[in-house]
Amino acid sequence: MNELALAIPWLGKRNPLAARWLVIAIAIAAPLVAMAFGRTWVRVLDFALLYILLALGLNLVVGFAGLLDLGYIAFYAVGAYTAAFLASPHFDVHLPIWIVLPLAACFAATAGITLGFPVLRLRGDYLAIVTLGFGEIVRIFMNNLNYPINITNGPQGINALDPVVLFGWDLSRNIQVTEELSINSLFLYYYFFLLCVVGSIIFIQRLQISRVGRAWAAMRDDELAAKAIGINTRNMKLLAFALGATFGGVSGVLFGTFQGFVSPESFSLMESIAVLTMVVFGGMGNIAGAIVGAIILSALPEILRHLAVPVQQALFGHVLLDPEVLRMLLLSLAMILMMLLRPSGLIPASAKYSHIRYLKAKGVTE
Amino acid sequence: MEIFLQQIVNGLVVGSVYALVALGYTMVYGILGLINFAHGDLVMVGALTALQTMMFLMGVAPGMSPIAMLSLSLLVAIPVCMLLAFTMERLAYRPLRNAPRLAPLITAIGVSFLLQTLAMIIWGRNYHTFPQLISTTPIQPIEGVFITPIQITIIVVSALMMAGLVLLVTKTKLGRAMRATAENHRVAALMGVDTNMIIALTFVIGAALAAVAGVMFASNYGIAHYGMGFMPGLKAFTAAVLGGIGNLGGAMLGGIVLGLVESFGAGYIEHLTFGFLNSSYQDIFAFMILGLVLIFKPTGLLGERVSDRA
Amino acid sequence: MITLLEARNIGKRFGGLQALSDVSLTIRKGEVYGLIGPNGAGKTTFFNVLTGAYTPDGGEFVFNGAVLPSGKPHLVVAQGVARTFQNIRLFRELTALENVMAGHHIRTSAGVWGILTQNKHTVEEERLTTERAYELLRYVGIERFATATAKNLSYGDQRRLEIARALATEPQLLALDEPAAGMNATETVHLKALIEQIRGDGITVLLIEHDVKLVMGLCDRVAVLDFGRKIAEDVPAEVQKNEAVIGAYLGGGQKHAH
Repeated sequence: MNELALAIPWLGKRNPLAARWLVIAIAIAAPLVAMAFGRTWVRVLDFALLYILLALGLNLVVGFAGLLDLGYIAFYAVGAYTAAFLASPHFDVHLPIWIVLPLAACFAATAGITLGFPVLRLRGDYLAIVTLGFGEIVRIFMNNLNYPINITNGPQGINALDPVVLFGWDLSRNIQVTEELSINSLFLYYYFFLLCVVGSIIFIQRLQISRVGRAWAAMRDDELAAKAIGINTRNMKLLAFALGATFGGVSGVLFGTFQGFVSPESFSLMESIAVLTMVVFGGMGNIAGAIVGAIILSALPEILRHLAVPVQQALFGHVLLDPEVLRMLLLSLAMILMMLLRPSGLIPASAKYSHIRYLKAKGVTE
Repeated sequence: MEIFLQQIVNGLVVGSVYALVALGYTMVYGILGLINFAHGDLVMVGALTALQTMMFLMGVAPGMSPIAMLSLSLLVAIPVCMLLAFTMERLAYRPLRNAPRLAPLITAIGVSFLLQTLAMIIWGRNYHTFPQLISTTPIQPIEGVFITPIQITIIVVSALMMAGLVLLVTKTKLGRAMRATAENHRVAALMGVDTNMIIALTFVIGAALAAVAGVMFASNYGIAHYGMGFMPGLKAFTAAVLGGIGNLGGAMLGGIVLGLVESFGAGYIEHLTFGFLNSSYQDIFAFMILGLVLIFKPTGLLGERVSDRA
Repeated sequence: MITLLEARNIGKRFGGLQALSDVSLTIRKGEVYGLIGPNGAGKTTFFNVLTGAYTPDGGEFVFNGAVLPSGKPHLVVAQGVARTFQNIRLFRELTALENVMAGHHIRTSAGVWGILTQNKHTVEEERLTTERAYELLRYVGIERFATATAKNLSYGDQRRLEIARALATEPQLLALDEPAAGMNATETVHLKALIEQIRGDGITVLLIEHDVKLVMGLCDRVAVLDFGRKIAEDVPAEVQKNEAVIGAYLGGGQKHAH
């Protein structure tokens, strides 16, 4: 939160308090503004929040603990499919979100640890390839486990997931306030997701400034030295994998229930790369970076989608680059150029791993 | 027995393509310690450039003999890939040679996806039919075992190219400079080796092999598209690790072994899992092998050491 | 004198090289014990085996009467053995204060749940860790750089920071691997004072050092390694007179020098 406020150009450093309120105001007002341009844009914002959750989780693994995970989307898939199995007509099980969410978190964390155990000793680049392979294996299974017993329904995916119901309140239904005025379900989801994002930020900030956060940073900076001061690097890596995966799993549940259907297509390698690009683009090891990266790189392709097609049609008479191509182009260029020109990301990490306030009496200031 | 021999043939064909691509990975890794993620996509660029050339030739000289056409298209595809690899090294990797260890790897992933996207822009999203200029009518050297002329060509050409590479690396001055650079950049530079040039050349040579592999791969299956390089690339990387990364002989051995494992795995997986898994799971073998090798024998079959470069 | 650490017949082989063979030595509580020898004599290997970075091929370490676990660095630290590195290894992106706080990891216990809820135990522990780390920075004399990033400190200060980080693990035995390497004369004098101060506070010090003057002036007892064997162990004055030691330094050892 503070990090995010500080990152605002000009205002952030001069008046942190105003910047803080500005962030809050934007977060609350964004969907209302978006609605003025059409419902699609509220939907884009909803997805942006999901990507923020994913980026925050991946940042935990890549940015804080320094483990390059290219199969991250697999945990998202675990979450989404957990929701599809436990809250849809597919097996005719309809558990409430309060049961699905923790279960999915547990499954994802277990998957994270299962992946973590064998790959712990690998160096960064090997780890990347093995996790990529893991992601692909999960996708291959999702695609093919409709035979001989139909578990995942194969490439068609699973439809009609139950919507999120909070205390008997169905988020997928518009609320009819008066005859004319109704609150769209997209808003309800937006604020629900926003709540999840805020909760996650608080949690991750607390983690960062703790013995766990410092142990991760230590391990990332110099694994041998981390061992030499008594950090159990195996456990710390497993913890990073498990917590990162939990974020993936929770976002997966939200994604599945929001979208109403899941299919293997949503969990391709490209999505893992997209989330990684968000983290890298924003600035690794930095909460604000992950958030800004996720917002820009999830909204920009949508904006391009709406601009590019009419613009190209006006200029060339037909569409040269379809929106999906534009998105890939944007993501790959973002990744390469960022590494070459500004490797620490849009918002370079000025990450803190301690509270100096405990030393105020000694006259230490930041 | 026939089935068994048939699987060996299939495995050898796929395996020699993997081996050819694996050499590119292993050379670059040996010299820079970088997994050049985009190497697999050079396979795709090679195949699609050759396809483009063939289309052009078919338009201007419809009567040209298939062999001449194939050779000409290779003569275009190889330099294109070499030039691309040179550019890639110069623009994307060289500036990051002393950067933190994750930076070049992330860039390489970006380059891989950029190449795929550009290919998608140039050649579209669709699968293209790749002209099979060498016959695909199977012959039966042994009763019940089929092999096509293109498959024979693949095995022979791969073997020749690998032999050529080994000669280049072991017998020539250039090869000695490459080995010296792989051993220690700074010392090699002090000895008067232009290490920047050697590193660029390593990329370029690997690219040439990848281009040939791409054309053969597409000729065998009769299709080409923008994403065709990624999976074979990953598998070739697996082959390189399996054989012992940084080791030329290892890359070749790893390629063949992986080809055989995949071929047998796909053939027998249904029996082994009582019909639960079928051949659509073929791709998981490579990843499982990769995981197992890295966990139990990270030096690979022929590798000596995996130094802690990080 | 109470024995703190006893090395019993430690052996370590790398391929064809016998880096350590049958090394036994005894370090007493409260002393500064020097480990010297020509380059390649096996001093750093001894450190790595002691601190669990390598598993020995033979022998064991007895620390405070209990056998030290081998190959598990974090458990060795938990027992009370801390080390520094010959080529300084700090957490470069963390501040000086955070480096030392990370060193306190093994003596703290907050878990994910405590961190999530910021319960009383966690908050109190975090406050104590911060204060303790600051005290240690002051102890080694670099508290004014508490919020500076480690990589921006000067060479001598980085050495001090590394020692402070090792002290944060609350060791009984502090193993310093060539702490004076690369230091100028003034810095070495300050280092000597710091080591004496540490000893004065009851922490036993094991010192690998090339600077003979520093070793002789600081150590209570000295062991000499040559080609992986212990060739002498005595008070500095006696070691300096030892024929085998003189031979090792003038003869075989010199050709290994860089």
